[in-house]
Amino acid sequence: MNKLEILFYALSAFAIVSAIMVLVSKNPIHSVLWLILVFFAISGHYILLNAQFLAIVNIIVYAGAIMVLFLFVIMLMNVKSDQEPQKKLLIKFIGVLSGGSFLTLLIALVKQTAQLQGKQVLMKEGSIGLIHPLGKALFSDYVLPFEISSVLFLSAMVGAVIIGKK
Amino acid sequence: MTILALDLGFIIEKLIMIAIVVFASLGIALYTTFGERKVAAILQDRPGPSRAGPFGLLQPLADGLKLIMKEEIIPNAANKWLFILGPGLAMTASLMTCAVIPWGSAIDVFGRHVELQIADVNIGILYVFAVVSMGVYGIMIGGWASNNKFSLMSALRAASQAISYELAMGLALIALLMTTGSLSLKTIVEQQVQGHWWNIVYQPLGFLIFFITAMAECNRTPFDLPEAENELNFGYHQEYSSMKLGFYLFAEYINMIMSSAIMASMYFGGYDLPFFNEASVAPNIAAMIGVGTLLIKIVLFIFLFMWIRWTIPRFRYDQLMGLGWKTLIPLALFNMLLTGAVILAKL
Repeated sequence: MNKLEILFYALSAFAIVSAIMVLVSKNPIHSVLWLILVFFAISGHYILLNAQFLAIVNIIVYAGAIMVLFLFVIMLMNVKSDQEPQKKLLIKFIGVLSGGSFLTLLIALVKQTAQLQGKQVLMKEGSIGLIHPLGKALFSDYVLPFEISSVLFLSAMVGAVIIGKK
Repeated sequence: MTILALDLGFIIEKLIMIAIVVFASLGIALYTTFGERKVAAILQDRPGPSRAGPFGLLQPLADGLKLIMKEEIIPNAANKWLFILGPGLAMTASLMTCAVIPWGSAIDVFGRHVELQIADVNIGILYVFAVVSMGVYGIMIGGWASNNKFSLMSALRAASQAISYELAMGLALIALLMTTGSLSLKTIVEQQVQGHWWNIVYQPLGFLIFFITAMAECNRTPFDLPEAENELNFGYHQEYSSMKLGFYLFAEYINMIMSSAIMASMYFGGYDLPFFNEASVAPNIAAMIGVGTLLIKIVLFIFLFMWIRWTIPRFRYDQLMGLGWKTLIPLALFNMLLTGAVILAKL
């Protein structure tokens, strides 16, 4: 095993354990904190794929902004683990069954896809996740959708300020 | 010698750099607390701490000893793990920023060419941004885990303040990045060393917005709503005692040092000493002069932070939000538009 593989398996184990902890934690605040750790592990994977820009944006947007809002809402709702309605055993069983079959379906699909046959992940190679190639692609090939979406975001922000002014 | 194809010399070099930077930041933060009390004393026309050691210079050590010796209390109703995690997170997040700050150019020691920066990543500024957005978790987790209404209110205030001011901060930064064309802090500083002017000449409005938002992100007066004593008793660290409280107080000072270092690097030439030709002295000495210059700039910024703290009273909460959303964001957008127009006109 070279060091990239060691890092990959360590990060993957970290991500999977954290993801399981999101599900099994009784306290919703703990779930959110474990979810933040999942995002960090995924950012680590992005860095292994040489996509540093994507890695850091993943942290800023998901771990930094969206999860803060999640925490916010959960803290304000003040959900207590013992007051949460407990699901019946039958419903839990059905949930596990349907989730498991969906997972099997996904794995089967990925295994059959022609584009993925016999391919290997490019570790530490490729440049599409770096800031220069990404910026060039956004401002040449995808300039119209990029500009339209940026105007949309700006108008959403201005709209929020206007609503707050009332 | 290599382990798993890692360069051992490189790892040792970086570990030494990290140790020096972290301990230097802690040391400076220790004496920043002393500086704050002295500056407050001078502004209020009183002597300030003067008993411990000559000129009261041993006061920070006495304060630290006092904090460590105090009894550590974890409230019964608190969430124990998160209660301990909170101060640790606050401290870690504030120290992590120092990884991308260029403290000087390069020196040659023992035949190695050592860059005086822990990591020169091509997304340096975004990294700083990510760490800043992590900083709010320390406060939120600590405030919630205390299981105290005042702590929770203050944590929520801190979070909403941080999110609101991050927006204006990002918009002010975009205008600067449009002129520099790079996200690497090292490149931005080198451009100012090679070029004629510092970035403050091109971005005065951007700097003003960045400075105000940095003050808000550090929870400094006039923006210290999360610890407004008259409304919230003591704020998000109300239930904390001993060194855990010390960590929260300390993290604020380290945040101040790091944001000063970033402002100095981005707008005031970083380690560039004006009217001085670095090529006229040996490279190692030039690098050391650069480090000294950056430290002096940091101290000046910290003094400015304190000066403002002891001069301007605290905002009301609605005023704070109004300033962030209705003044700073439109101003930052205008600044961005202006910068874009000037760049277009120059083409």
